Amino acid sequence: MGTMGIFFFKTLLYTFVPPFKIYRCLKQIQFIGFQSILLIVLTGGFSGMVLGFQGFYSLSRFGSDAFLGPMVGLALIKELGPVIAALMVTGRAGSAIAAEIGIMRISEQIDALELMGLNPYRYLMVPNLIAAMICLPLLTALFDVVGIFGGYLIGGKLLGVGAGTYFGEMAHYVELKDVLEGIYKSFSFGVIIAWVCCFKGYYSGVYTGFGSEGVSKATTQAVVLSSVLILVWDYFMTSILF
Amino acid sequence: MIKIKDLKKSFDGHEVLKGISFEVGKGEVFALVGGSGGGKSVLLKHVAGLMKPDGGSVTVDGLEIGTAGNVALQSFRERLGFLFQGGALFDSLNVFDNVAFPLKEKSKLSKNVIREKVMAELENVGLSGSEDRYPSQISGGMVKRAALARALVEDPEIMLFDEPTTGLDPVTGQSILNLIDDCHRRLSFTGIIVTHEIPKVFAIVDRVVMLHEGSVKKIGTPADFKESRDPVIRAFLNG
Repeated sequence: MGTMGIFFFKTLLYTFVPPFKIYRCLKQIQFIGFQSILLIVLTGGFSGMVLGFQGFYSLSRFGSDAFLGPMVGLALIKELGPVIAALMVTGRAGSAIAAEIGIMRISEQIDALELMGLNPYRYLMVPNLIAAMICLPLLTALFDVVGIFGGYLIGGKLLGVGAGTYFGEMAHYVELKDVLEGIYKSFSFGVIIAWVCCFKGYYSGVYTGFGSEGVSKATTQAVVLSSVLILVWDYFMTSILF
Repeated sequence: MIKIKDLKKSFDGHEVLKGISFEVGKGEVFALVGGSGGGKSVLLKHVAGLMKPDGGSVTVDGLEIGTAGNVALQSFRERLGFLFQGGALFDSLNVFDNVAFPLKEKSKLSKNVIREKVMAELENVGLSGSEDRYPSQISGGMVKRAALARALVEDPEIMLFDEPTTGLDPVTGQSILNLIDDCHRRLSFTGIIVTHEIPKVFAIVDRVVMLHEGSVKKIGTPADFKESRDPVIRAFLNG
């Protein structure tokens, strides 16, 4: 834990110390953010559609199906959007980040960077941290919007809840603080993904054994630990922000 | 210039370096030889500051590498070139970008000047025409040449070579050694070459240090080694 903490603070430190590697940051934003859009649209859409079904049948038991919109909206914006988007990004981009840095470690490319007098934190960790902090809230917002329309597709078009009721009630019950809660969560999940995946890749061969097996273990551990930390941190964030 | 004094290093209780001491003078090229797993590469990584010693010290021009701060270490590394055993080329960059990388990142040279320097260096190592190829698309010998070009592109004062001929056929291995010799004549760097290529390497070095079971077995000129009657050294020389 101590090494992980030091690793995080060093990464944070070099985030604010020039020279800044803007091109590498843009490249990582393209990789973590842009290339995840299709995955987020797909998972967001189907999550919203499932919520539409489940919400409608649960609420209609109490004669409250008019509240389907707020239920779908709140569930997505406060909880499911940030968490599922973060888990998807962990699986798609986090694993790739850990593997890439891990391979660089075992093939001595990171040592080569150091011996050129260049700082590996600045080249490898900081761009991923900045990209994840920027991309996660944006991807979560996309997930929420697509999910809300997915819920409407089922609730409104298939099960007969009116568009006015669905969106009108949602606008009535979803407040700014709910949206902010989702943004805070997704931002912190971005930090967790970049931190854990970069750390596991950077220390391949130290904590996970040597060679390709070490990188494979590091990648697995990066995904598992990031996912667990996202869920644990989500609980604490919810407790604090509720 | 490089002073190694009573250097000790252990891994998981196994003592790899048991108090190594020797000095390399300015402009001198040293061969570091010995059996596999004898701690040669570990010693080289201590000189580069990639590892911290358990005991003893490595000093370069008065700077103790193991205890140097980040700024001093970075300044030392500005003067250093390191040829890794596997080349350590960035696999997502082509040969040109690999060689240009340190110049692009650290110097304020214009694109044209960088291009000229890189192309000249690639020509020196015999890689003209391969600048657009990626490390996975070239042979082991070409990877070593490209890595050598990258290490030399900033005209380092100190060059460390970690088994530059390992994994290469005898002809390619000899050509890499010749290339190192040519570069030394051109740049007059101080160098340490970790190698198993004896007696071939004797032709291009000033002195040789042999490690055996974690200690220095012998330091001397190539001629001293050739004349030695020590059974361990004889066994190593005769294969």
